[in-house]
Amino acid sequence: MSDFPNPGWAIFFGVATVLALLACLWLLYVASNRQPMAADNSTGHVFDEDLVEMNNPLPRWWAVLYILTVLFGFGYVVAYPGLGSLPGLFDWTSKNQLEAEQQASNTAMAEVYGKFKGLSTAELSRQPQAMAIGERLFINNCSTCHGSDAQGTKGFPNLTDGDWLYGGSPEKIEQSITEGRNGMMPALAAALGTPADVRNVAHYGLSLSGSTHDAVAAAAGKPKFAVCAACHGADGAGNQALGAPNLTDKVWLHGAGEEHFIAMVTHGKTNVMPAQGGRLTPDQIHVLAAYVWSLSQAPATATR
Amino acid sequence: MPAAGPPSAVIPIIAAGGASAELVSLYQREAKIQMRSVSGWFAGWRWGLVWFTQLLFYGLPWLQWNGRQAVLFDLAERRFYIFGLVLYPQDVIYLAALLIIAAFALFLFTAVAGRVWCGFACPQTVYTEMFMWVERRFEGDRQARIRLDAAPWTAKKWLRRGGKQAVWLAIGLLTGFTFVAYFSPARTLFADLFSFSLGPSETFWGLFYGFATYGNAGYMREQVCKYMCPYARFQSAMFDRDTLIVSYDHERGEPRGSRPRGVAPASVGKGDCINCTLCVQVCPTGIDIRNGLQYECIGCTACIDVCNGVMDKMGYPRGLIRYDTQNSMEGHWSAAQMWARVLRPRVLVYAGVLTLIVAGFATSLALRSPFKADVVRDRGALARLVEDGRIENVYRIQLMNATEATQRFLIAVDGLPGAVISSRDAVEVGATQGRWVPVAVQITPQAARALGGGAHAMAFRIALQEDGRTVAELKEKSTFVVPR
Repeated sequence: MSDFPNPGWAIFFGVATVLALLACLWLLYVASNRQPMAADNSTGHVFDEDLVEMNNPLPRWWAVLYILTVLFGFGYVVAYPGLGSLPGLFDWTSKNQLEAEQQASNTAMAEVYGKFKGLSTAELSRQPQAMAIGERLFINNCSTCHGSDAQGTKGFPNLTDGDWLYGGSPEKIEQSITEGRNGMMPALAAALGTPADVRNVAHYGLSLSGSTHDAVAAAAGKPKFAVCAACHGADGAGNQALGAPNLTDKVWLHGAGEEHFIAMVTHGKTNVMPAQGGRLTPDQIHVLAAYVWSLSQAPATATR
Repeated sequence: MPAAGPPSAVIPIIAAGGASAELVSLYQREAKIQMRSVSGWFAGWRWGLVWFTQLLFYGLPWLQWNGRQAVLFDLAERRFYIFGLVLYPQDVIYLAALLIIAAFALFLFTAVAGRVWCGFACPQTVYTEMFMWVERRFEGDRQARIRLDAAPWTAKKWLRRGGKQAVWLAIGLLTGFTFVAYFSPARTLFADLFSFSLGPSETFWGLFYGFATYGNAGYMREQVCKYMCPYARFQSAMFDRDTLIVSYDHERGEPRGSRPRGVAPASVGKGDCINCTLCVQVCPTGIDIRNGLQYECIGCTACIDVCNGVMDKMGYPRGLIRYDTQNSMEGHWSAAQMWARVLRPRVLVYAGVLTLIVAGFATSLALRSPFKADVVRDRGALARLVEDGRIENVYRIQLMNATEATQRFLIAVDGLPGAVISSRDAVEVGATQGRWVPVAVQITPQAARALGGGAHAMAFRIALQEDGRTVAELKEKSTFVVPR
């Protein structure tokens, strides 16, 4: 790929490069011969009345080094893409170099991850080295949203509380990391009817977890909950196959209380966990999933 | 003509030499300097320093400490081991301090006694001394070498030159190997060398440093001092008329000339210099010290040693060439007068600054914490609401263990009333390891209301525990955010 808008510029810069290198040699040539000096070996230059410039020739090895440097310059622009848009003899590109470096580092990493390949998640969680690698992977890749301590914040699930949207088994965690998740709560205001209906359903939803609610409104909203039950289940316990949250616990990912509940039912929400499969290798995800899984286990298995 | 004409603002360029003059190259071949060997008091000192610096350099990588190499700069792991010290890249301040100490030591020594570093301890001098010793063993001293240079390429010349080259290359390669052994453990490097499994960077730097040693000490020699070394060019800033320099006593020596041994100089109308030119023959930079102080002089004092020998043979007092200051030479001062002037403000200032920095350096090393800690607030969320309306902030604390044993830390919060660590507050960090630890801090809704919204200054107290006692503690500042 050429960096020049048209071939004319490429030719111009290629020629200019060669001319500049030749000019370096020419400079050395014209500067190397002079009329000889006065009898006292001075150049004949006198400054400030009595300061005389002496003839102090540079050593010849210096001139040889200079020529070698220019020759190196020629070799360099021929070997690497230095002359206009010519690719150079080595066919070097920054993309190739990056790929080679990535390959080398993947090979080096494969050795480390090889040890963890056949191990189950529970076995990995007992290996301090695997957990240390997992911790670093988490901090570099996941903590931006889920927080350094994996406890999340509004909109970003807490990974340590044992309450899983899509399932907390090691396989499910690996799947969530690799493929990402797309949680969609549709806007249901129209399906439910009037704003009063929405409020009633919200209070019924809140009552499922024993949160503060208006019992009369909840009783009125109960029949309409059938709309919600399609995903969240008749008992509101959620459905991990769909990522429908459990409404019977007090974990509120998008905010607790009537106001947030009504907003969610009215407007819906799409919450995306991006897929990491393209960024992390399966070996890395295996170790990372084990780390995330270990966070949700009882403190007995947590690494200290 | 410059002398006759009035002062001119323009530099007149005059074709000196007339029309018959030939063109001369401004890049001239430098004459090879065949330095005559020298022995004496100063040469003994130089050899002492060669032994000292090179035993240190070649020997240090083989010294073990705590089951590892005593001095090892592990670039891949970014840990630098110097005996009991484990340094992190964050300790670069010590390197800076060390360089400042080296610079001020150089200023001080130069102000007192000129280029003593150049003449006695500089690697360029030390390796040249070793390479010249090898050269003498194979090719003889100055006269023999000059003859050998001119001689045709006989089998004997091939043998002498070949032997010299072989030993030079061996020293070069050993030096390159030793250099790399400071960065890659010497013992494994040695094994790798003989199983031909050195890494590419080890091979490159070993050969590079080895070749540089061979080329600089074998061929470049004084050219390095004259044309490459920046120190040679700024030394004049530290010199003054009270600096001890290698000086020829002009008054005593002139007029120079030869005379039979045992003749008193005055009786033949001459000075003490017998014009034997030995001082020129021994000079590694090829100058004549009798022309006075020249920028090429590296202060090696070979001319002092050789001239003292000549003076002894002639039965004259030593010291025609000696360490002396310009003021003392002109004023015919006694040694006591001269030394009194050495303690001048410049020297006192250099010495004072040097003492302060060395003291600061030593104190800082002695009081150095056995670990480092760094606190970084989580950026994803400033604060979050958790059960019962408590406010939680999350931080990452980087703990760096600067010892070779596992360390156990207790983390606590300071300066925030009612704050507790809601995550783990006890952490272990392996020997010489660094570790990021997520830490969550909570305050009650009442405390949050009392504080009000915004960021509040607080600090983490990180205590290093040993047998349940705190042996060292660091305080790292951060902020706690209460949402408005």
